[in-house]
Amino acid sequence: MNDVVIDAQGLTKLYNGARAVDDVSFTVGRGEIFGLLGPNGAGKTTTILMLLGLTEISAGAARVLGHDPVREPLAVKRRVGYLPDSVGFYDYLSARDNLRYTARLIGFSEAEREARIADALNKVDLAEVAGKAVGTYSRGMRQRLGLAEILMKNVAIAILDEPTSGLDPQATLELLDMIRGLKRDGVSVLLSSHLLDRVQSVCDRVALFQDGRIALIGSVAELGRQVLGGGFAVEVEAEGQGLAECLAQVPGVRSVESTGPDRVRLLADRDVRPDAAAAVVAAGGRLRRLSVEDPSLEAIYTRYFHDHGARHAA
Amino acid sequence: MRREGSPWRGVGAVFLKELSDHLTGARMFVLEWLVVLTAVAAVYVSIQQIKNTSAEDPFLFLRLFTQAGEQVPLSFATLLSFLVPLVSIGLGFDLVNSEHSRRTLSRILSQPIYRDALLFGKFLAALTAIAISLLALWLLLIGLGLFTLGLPPSGEEIARALVMLVVTIFYAGVWLALAMLFSTIFRSPATAALVALGLWLFFTILWPIFSPWMADIFGSRDIASAEDLLGVLSVRQGFARVSPSALFSEIVSVVLDPSVRSTQQPMLAALGLALIERGAIPGAPLPFLQSVLLVWGQIVGLIAATILLFVGGYVVFQRQEVRA
Ligand SMILES: Nc1ncnc2c1ncn2[C@@H]1O[C@H](COP(=O)(O)OP(=O)(O)OP(=O)(O)O)[C@@H](O)[C@H]1O
Ligand SMILES: [Mg+2]
Repeated sequence: MNDVVIDAQGLTKLYNGARAVDDVSFTVGRGEIFGLLGPNGAGKTTTILMLLGLTEISAGAARVLGHDPVREPLAVKRRVGYLPDSVGFYDYLSARDNLRYTARLIGFSEAEREARIADALNKVDLAEVAGKAVGTYSRGMRQRLGLAEILMKNVAIAILDEPTSGLDPQATLELLDMIRGLKRDGVSVLLSSHLLDRVQSVCDRVALFQDGRIALIGSVAELGRQVLGGGFAVEVEAEGQGLAECLAQVPGVRSVESTGPDRVRLLADRDVRPDAAAAVVAAGGRLRRLSVEDPSLEAIYTRYFHDHGARHAA
Repeated sequence: MRREGSPWRGVGAVFLKELSDHLTGARMFVLEWLVVLTAVAAVYVSIQQIKNTSAEDPFLFLRLFTQAGEQVPLSFATLLSFLVPLVSIGLGFDLVNSEHSRRTLSRILSQPIYRDALLFGKFLAALTAIAISLLALWLLLIGLGLFTLGLPPSGEEIARALVMLVVTIFYAGVWLALAMLFSTIFRSPATAALVALGLWLFFTILWPIFSPWMADIFGSRDIASAEDLLGVLSVRQGFARVSPSALFSEIVSVVLDPSVRSTQQPMLAALGLALIERGAIPGAPLPFLQSVLLVWGQIVGLIAATILLFVGGYVVFQRQEVRA
């Protein structure tokens, strides 16, 4: 992570004295997928707009690919692709014409333009309908067209604001696959989202926003340890007598909880799966399933805001 | 603070897209036909009138533009002063706010261009679209004149008519910049259109009625001599000139009529006092360049108003949030 592509230091945005974003600092490394999470109005979009130089920075500083988005907005915007939340296109133009316009704004030569557009439309599966007016497109198709614009642009960073909002599960999976594709191509991705379990599956690191501040930052596993009190949750499914007592004896196990017939859940300080398996077998039980749960972002998120809300109330 | 890169980057791309939008759009089509049909009707009437008056006139061809009919007291020039703002407002009232409502603005501005380029490209494209239709209309008119009057216009007549064409484009520019300013200030295109149209009605209908009255409040009303009369008229004229339509009419009345030797002459004529001026300086028509020089200030005024309004829109746009 020695090369940082986005470096935000103390970013602050005031709207009429109200702090929409308050002293936010984070970095995004090359080839990393970084997620901005948080409830509505937490300041995710505002942070993104400041990084793009599309809104003034009230305090703090940002470097994107080594450039200052305030002083050198063109240098930043040349290498950064942006997919706004609820992206819009010129409805009366075809998808291809919409991309042509953007390509002209970017400044591609004519030959380069057509090749890039065709390639990008292929990648997002819109090649067949590229001649149709965007007005006839579904929400998912528009979102993919927005992604095609980024693919066409040959960017180093893709900034996606709520890329999966309003998409059905299938379309969401497809879009997330395309985002992984961006990462494979060496593009760094900054995305904001509400769909936590989906975000979890693509993000290398996340920042949890609340009231304009970053409350938590790190990989999902790190956050899990921080918020859920650490430890591993091991799910055991086995037939046999008195297994719960045996498992409780395994070193490292803190608690045993029955979650159904022949099913228990262990909370442990370490990954106790090998020892648990041995304990079940030693007690004459028949082991059917043994799995360790990753901490879920959903659980982290809910727990964190629950705790925080409680603290507010206290 | 120096900005990196050229503010003109992307103007060409914006210009081409917007121009093609205008030229293929239904709105342009409707506005254009409205103007063409009414203009042809007006010119037809004035041709009848010109044919009936058999008086010798060295500038007969120019009468095509200025002659009002007996039944339809509306010359081509007056019609333009009335309809050109409508076309400009029609094309301009949603130039900026439609990008907001379509949610295309943040996507477009995340491309490597400055906001300047978007605004300037849009203005130029709309003005070019208007200029193209005005040119077509102008050629149509010349052709019509050639056919019906059966005599070719002189070089000077063509020159004067050309100046009139250019001035009409400047006049369109003022209203376009105004409409664009409102389209930047108001997020709702309907509001922007309504305010712009309100101002248009005010300047073309109400201001000519109220401005003399307001002028007389400020200036003296005692008229003892011709001198005093001219003084009152100048104050009134000064007030009237707040309206771009008044500036336009002044320019056109001088440029298209070589016998007009002062911008106050049409006013005096309207009061039935033309003899004062005519008597003072009898005779020969004003040379072409003299006519243009006479209204040079007014022409510059139109351009300055355009620039001022455009800069106003630019300042508002620069400080605006891209979010809808
Ligand atoms: N133009 C504006 N003027 C005043 N306040 C604004 C403006 N734009 C945003 N805000 C405020 O800034 C705060 C952060 O908004 P922002 O859009 O960044 O949140 P977000 O995290 O993107 O939320 P969402 O998940 O709903 O998109 C909100 O409280 C919002 O009310
Ligand atoms: Mg948002």
